Amino acid sequence: MAEVLVYVDHAGGAVRKPTLELLTLARRIGEPVAVALGDGAADTAATLAEHGAVKVLTHEAAEYADYLVVPKVDALQTAVAAVSPAAVLVSSSAEGKEIAARLALRLGSGVITDAIDLEAGEAGPVAVQSVFAAAFTTRSRVSKGIPVITVKPNSAAVEPAPAAGAVEALDVTFSEQAKGTKVVSRTPRESTGRPELTEAAIVVSGGRGVNGAENFAVIEALADSLGAAVGASRAAVDAGWYPHTSQVGQTGKSVSPQLYVAAGISGAIQHRAGMQTSKTIVAVNKDAEAPIFDLVDYGVVGDLFDVVPQLTEEVKARKG
Amino acid sequence: MSLRIVVPVKYVPDATGDRHFADDLTVDRDDVDGLLSELDEYAVEQALQISENSDDDVEITVLTVGPEDAKDALRKALSMGADQAIHVEDDDLHGTDAIGTSLVLARAIEKAGYDLVLSGMASTDGVMGVVPALLAERLGVPQVTLLSEVALEDGTVRGRRDGDAATEQLEASLPAVVSVTDQSGEARYPSFKGIMAAKKKPVTSWDLSDLDLEAEEVGLEGAYTVVESATERPARTAGTIVKDEGEGGRQLAAFLASQKFV
Repeated sequence: MAEVLVYVDHAGGAVRKPTLELLTLARRIGEPVAVALGDGAADTAATLAEHGAVKVLTHEAAEYADYLVVPKVDALQTAVAAVSPAAVLVSSSAEGKEIAARLALRLGSGVITDAIDLEAGEAGPVAVQSVFAAAFTTRSRVSKGIPVITVKPNSAAVEPAPAAGAVEALDVTFSEQAKGTKVVSRTPRESTGRPELTEAAIVVSGGRGVNGAENFAVIEALADSLGAAVGASRAAVDAGWYPHTSQVGQTGKSVSPQLYVAAGISGAIQHRAGMQTSKTIVAVNKDAEAPIFDLVDYGVVGDLFDVVPQLTEEVKARKG
Repeated sequence: MSLRIVVPVKYVPDATGDRHFADDLTVDRDDVDGLLSELDEYAVEQALQISENSDDDVEITVLTVGPEDAKDALRKALSMGADQAIHVEDDDLHGTDAIGTSLVLARAIEKAGYDLVLSGMASTDGVMGVVPALLAERLGVPQVTLLSEVALEDGTVRGRRDGDAATEQLEASLPAVVSVTDQSGEARYPSFKGIMAAKKKPVTSWDLSDLDLEAEEVGLEGAYTVVESATERPARTAGTIVKDEGEGGRQLAAFLASQKFV
């Protein structure tokens, strides 16, 4: 069976959930071989093995943290040469897409980004994408070289499938370009204790209607009652009420959770582009004409400061 | 000293229009108005600010690959204050994918001459966000991408990148490829004077032969990916909408419970 390379996104050895989703998808098209780089790379092996990695290729070097993107591309290129995989899968983070693009160029391959599903096809893996603010679903494949595909978080349910997960050290020689862009400093985002926005099963977002940074406490309280991540519309971010890292939309993060709760968000096309593939959508908005109501499974026309706290209390009560 | 900045921009179908696919599964550009991709306006703005804050002589060239109408995008950037424009236009470019686009842009950038390539983070139509990284790879220069702040001093570009897990301060020597996000600073509106001045600014047109490219390297034929099908998503069935008369929160909770979210 053909091998499929899976690039491992991890923090000091802790594997992020989208990588486990990639391993699940990889098994549809071949045998997953994981590539884990940087500090704690070898510590990922047990988790990766549990989720289907037949092999885990690791390499630890300071370059992965000290320079942007290119050292990781060098390592993946080395892994491709060692394995000759049928495809390379990377999760669709901003960095993941950059890694995938540069790797594809070096391999003389095509690249597909932001797949929401992956199937085995006669002429190679077929990637399903959602485009034009989710108005269209396309099915595409790479027609030249080794397919390099990035997959959006929440595109597959994680299924454990124990495999050997034999660790092998990768012998990487860095390219001349590897040290081109220095990471002078890195400040990890302060943990809010909430799930990561792009990975969360439930997202609660606030928009213009929240009307002030301090009022986001109402949104956060609902999110915490549901175990959800907090998002914000561009209007709320531009007003300085919530950080840009939480922006959902075309120029922010694209999310595809099981449940999306939009509070005080009108639903401009740019916002819809970032959340329209959510499985279930609910909204609270004073304006009955707000375009967000065209998308909802359930909508409440009303003041979010009445509706959201009541909802939070009711959720807490039901959860006991 | 002089500094040459090339800003690659894209003419995109208006996202508020009815975007769809043509029979050959490329984006149908005939039925929707186009405009300069909003995310590229931020790049033009940062190029102008670098120019305004520099003691050097700075020349800003905007560059686009696209059909005749794409001149509108160049004109907008020129009216904001860019100095000159290059339009790469060729019938054989129809259907070019991201890899092919990066090839055409890289050739044009090399031909134009550059110290800094400054682009938007992504187009607002394809939204892949891969072209800046592809350009850096092709040009063999550092990528300093997704910056929310950018500064240039003594041949070094520095900037802040807000990633998913961390905020990073980046640094690279010129020449380099930089991309900026919508957080880098509001883009200016063209003034009347700027619009009038833009009419007199030079727009150079190049075709594939000017860039020593063959038709089969680009377009649908040269594409590295194939779209096999594009289906319009069925309109969502109308959801339940209630007016809050004091019970809205509890009604919503009941719905969430019925869907097993609570």
